[in-house]
Amino acid sequence: MAERSFAKEVELLRLTAGEEFRGEGILAVTKALLQSGVAYVAGYQGAPVSHLMDVLADAGEILDELGVHFESSASEATAAATLAASINYPLRGAVTWKSTVGTNVASDALGNLASAGVKGGALVILGEDYGEGSSIMQERTHAFAMKSQLWLLDPKPRLDSIVTAVQQGFELSEASNTPVMLMLRIRACHLYGSFIASDNRRPPFTAADALEAPQRDASRIILPPYTYEQEREKTEQRWPAAVRFIRENKINELIDGPESELGIVLQGGLYNGVLRALEHLGLADAFGGSRLPLYVLNATYPLVEEEFVQFATGKRALLIVEEGQPEHIEQAAHQFLRRADLQTRVLGKGPFPMAGEYTGSVLREGIRAFIEEHSPRLLNPVVEQPLLPAAQLASAVPERPSGLCTGCPERPLFSSLKLLQKEIGPVHVSADIGCHSFASLEPFHLGASILGYGLGSAAASALHSRGDRRPVSIMGDGGFWHNGLTSGIGNAVFNEHDGVTIIVDNGYAAATGGQWVPSSEADAPRRTARLSIADAVRGVGVRWVRSLNTYDMKGTLRILREAMSTREKGPKVIVAQGECQLNRQRRIRPLLDRLRKAGKRVARKHYGVDAETCTGDHSCIRLSGCPSLTVKPNPDPLRRAPVAAVDHDCVGCGVCGEVAHAAILCPSFYHAELVDNPGAIERLMQQLRRRMIGFLQSRNQRKRALAW
Amino acid sequence: MRVRHDTKVFKLAIAALGGQGGGVLTQWLLDAAEASGFIAQATSVPGVAQRTGATLYYLEFFPRAAAEEAGGDPVLALMPQPGDVDLVVASELMEAGRAMQRGLVTRDRTTLVASTHRVFTIGEKSALGDGLADSDTVLQVARATAKRLVALDMEALALKHRSVISSVVLGALAGAGALPFSAEACEQAIRASGRALERNFAAFEAGKARAEAAAGGDAAVASPDSASLYDPVPVPRNLKAKALMERVSKEFPGTCADLLGIGVHRLVDYQNHRYAGLYLDRLRSILGLDSPARQYTLLLETARGLALWMSYEDTARVADLKTRAARFARVNAEVGAGDGRLMRIVDYLSPRVEEICGSLPAWLGSPLMRWGFTRRIVQAFTGGRKISTDRLWGYLLMRAMARTRAWRPSSLRHREEDARIREWLATLAELAPQDYELAVEMAACQQLVKGYGETFERGLSRYRAISEALPALQTGSDPASAVRELRDAALVDEEGRKFEATLARLCENRPAA
Repeated sequence: MAERSFAKEVELLRLTAGEEFRGEGILAVTKALLQSGVAYVAGYQGAPVSHLMDVLADAGEILDELGVHFESSASEATAAATLAASINYPLRGAVTWKSTVGTNVASDALGNLASAGVKGGALVILGEDYGEGSSIMQERTHAFAMKSQLWLLDPKPRLDSIVTAVQQGFELSEASNTPVMLMLRIRACHLYGSFIASDNRRPPFTAADALEAPQRDASRIILPPYTYEQEREKTEQRWPAAVRFIRENKINELIDGPESELGIVLQGGLYNGVLRALEHLGLADAFGGSRLPLYVLNATYPLVEEEFVQFATGKRALLIVEEGQPEHIEQAAHQFLRRADLQTRVLGKGPFPMAGEYTGSVLREGIRAFIEEHSPRLLNPVVEQPLLPAAQLASAVPERPSGLCTGCPERPLFSSLKLLQKEIGPVHVSADIGCHSFASLEPFHLGASILGYGLGSAAASALHSRGDRRPVSIMGDGGFWHNGLTSGIGNAVFNEHDGVTIIVDNGYAAATGGQWVPSSEADAPRRTARLSIADAVRGVGVRWVRSLNTYDMKGTLRILREAMSTREKGPKVIVAQGECQLNRQRRIRPLLDRLRKAGKRVARKHYGVDAETCTGDHSCIRLSGCPSLTVKPNPDPLRRAPVAAVDHDCVGCGVCGEVAHAAILCPSFYHAELVDNPGAIERLMQQLRRRMIGFLQSRNQRKRALAW
Repeated sequence: MRVRHDTKVFKLAIAALGGQGGGVLTQWLLDAAEASGFIAQATSVPGVAQRTGATLYYLEFFPRAAAEEAGGDPVLALMPQPGDVDLVVASELMEAGRAMQRGLVTRDRTTLVASTHRVFTIGEKSALGDGLADSDTVLQVARATAKRLVALDMEALALKHRSVISSVVLGALAGAGALPFSAEACEQAIRASGRALERNFAAFEAGKARAEAAAGGDAAVASPDSASLYDPVPVPRNLKAKALMERVSKEFPGTCADLLGIGVHRLVDYQNHRYAGLYLDRLRSILGLDSPARQYTLLLETARGLALWMSYEDTARVADLKTRAARFARVNAEVGAGDGRLMRIVDYLSPRVEEICGSLPAWLGSPLMRWGFTRRIVQAFTGGRKISTDRLWGYLLMRAMARTRAWRPSSLRHREEDARIREWLATLAELAPQDYELAVEMAACQQLVKGYGETFERGLSRYRAISEALPALQTGSDPASAVRELRDAALVDEEGRKFEATLARLCENRPAA
């Protein structure tokens, strides 16, 4: 069960022919898979494809009815390897992950798969997270397609186009015995729209059939003499077959326009953006009618040379709209036109920036620059709206980086690490990917490098001296099961590392939306969870292993100190436990509400700061950074700095109090314990107390009053 | 192909914070739009932004009728274009600013519906002093930039109706008539979602009403509750207090009366009348150095700082404040106790050897501090303590601590603070005649000496560093602004990197004397 429940979305998967599907792009893909008679689906979660995994994880029933096998793979490599089932059997399979990071992890399996070739359609659905908001390095999947001879679809960002692309992807894959990658930009994945559904199809051939009559074909093995054979097959048979299929099925669109001396070649995924930009320049309408001819590449690899040449013929200049770098399509275009000896100018990077997302304004300005150079008469003078505020606001509007949620169990861990540094001086922290990556931002400033998922420990490998300083590596439970156990911990044992690795065990793959991991504590339907990270670590030979509850900062600090100073040789592994608060709240809130309604006694804590004693130094905030620990204007007319305050989102995790104690901060923190439906005796005691204390208080008050 | 220039796309951008429920709001808008005969599309970029970061949702609506009439399928964009948005919704003030920065709000067409409340960024909150961004600038720019601005504190309304901000936002949109469809359609969308209906509707209605009222202009001012804990100084009835207040009005200029009044009241409450008298005596010496021509800047700054310094936070003070009835009431209000709910207050105290010895009489405190073994004994009483202040024993314990105020004047801490205060006043008295501005800046430096434990040590050491650097700085061209610069630098980072750098620079820049 993920952060979000997909019960409602699951129903969308049951839609039958003629009904209208209304929902997210990535869910449309999921429906399309079932409509294409897919036999198995696997993948690894990550924005923007998490929802595909999440909804299928909640759709067990439907999958059973259709006889579709689904699994949440241990990693993208596992997912890619899963496609091996389509090498020998006519099984349609689909896998999914976040690109390009996931593709990097999967590339070993992908390369071998591409070389062996497939019998059943093999589809790799990639969520491309490219752009300013992206949490991964900026790369193109296109290069993978080129190096491994995988085909790459980049459909128009409309639900119906995406659904068609899924269907055609399988067909293309079968027609050319090659795995096909279907790439969706992040906004397309989260695009809400609609399409007309068709019936789901049971896979005609299933895993069971395969196991009844196992097949093998030596020529699919990656060994000489077959490897060279496969390489030749790629170029001599599969490639031409793919090009033929793309041309015959008109996967790429040639849209005619009156201004035939110019033309625009674009990736399908950028279609809507380009059309909007043209509309702004007065060269297109709201329905896709364009004055400039367009060549829409719904398949960006392989390119169809004939179509390209045909489109370019008789044109003075072509504009290639291709996001990211290197500009593979533009380079290919030059090659095609040269071979055809066409003198058409080709522009791409130049009018467009080499790097960065093609946002609305980038597209508009790029296209305008192109037209201004080659056919200025087409442009009517534009009236620019003055964008005055930008300058004025530059200083006024503060950055708002992502951070750990309210009550996050990772916060006290990093606060403790900060306190540890106050004691023993700065340490080298090798960070990892996950929510804990945020520790590298304000207010913690922990983490010198992030090398990849589960690689936090591995990334500290070279930093092991025989001296007494030790590097600290962070690793999430997600990254740990993904590969950290071997690449990090196993490696550290084998090479007798002396460093400290902290495994953040919050019970979920939290950053990607709270999916299960093998060490998840709650019941995971159709999964075997509750595996112990500590046991796994001991299993690969770590002798110094400690588990701790991150909310207990005293204990955490003690264990951190020990880890940094112990004489014990070999890697020190700390399993830092604390359930992801986001998921915890989702789990317990309804529970508590029910109890409250049932009149049961329910106690909860709410933290607070006494404005009268807070002096507005905010060291508590610098140590914790909890979103609900904020500031408000100082009520003391003599003071200027705003005072700390706890807002209403406080979940009572207690970290601010712990911090105040552990760092010996100040006496301003308090917590109030609120009890709903208290018992009779409890109420009586309370009244007595109120009376007595109230009496004493009023006496003091009178004294004070008398003095004034 | 014929190009038709009759676009009827309605473009809407929602600038929000991750976790604010922008997804829910988007779904409501989509449902309402589709029910009202629009083809609706929405995109967002979740992922890490969902973890408290700034995020943007973008929606486009196209009249289904117009599409059918034209016999075409509209191509809707996935990203907003600067200068091409009809409606921008910001569920927090600075996010409105960010949207304007992106050029999404333009005079010719954009309605901006923004909540005026602030969710402070970690950068703002981390400052050692006041690091808050300037809300007024953003509001001014909004007024100047938007075709129409509807601004109100949506968070407050959400809290009032124990609902989520999304319902208030939707209400505000309906109320402002900023949507191409009816308020009923919005209500229907909420009903269809079927979650926490009563509260959501209440919040929706509240937002709607406020927006209707505010329609055209902007309503609330963008400042969180700044209600003062301290009512204006009440009229004294106690003779000694009366006498003190008379001194204030007789001996000091009227423009300073209020502030000095607060100071006197604070110190009577903190210790006693004699102590408050001392406060006025000390200020008189400063008054002699000041003049109406200078609007008594030095006197005012000193009066403010002196009141705070003389009422330094010690164990007795903290315990006293925490045991007052008013404080219990405030906590009750803050955590929403009452209505049949029991409450219990637990205070987090962590006295250090310094605090404990400091609160003891000097003759006892200082030797205890000095000798290792006695220090170790005291050590036993330090460390984190959780005290249930509204339980009898907890209360009595706290009161006992508060009682130590009786011997405060002879306590070790008092001796130390008193010495510092004298030194500070002497410096001011010495500086004022030769460099008034510098004296004012030094007076303001008191604000560095605040807080508890490490914070206090840090502030004090930086204050000391500045005082020690004075002779050096005075040989410089503009010592006053040098001190101001140092004071600001002292509040930049905990480690004091900025402060050290600034100090080094300012001290070497001076001409060799």
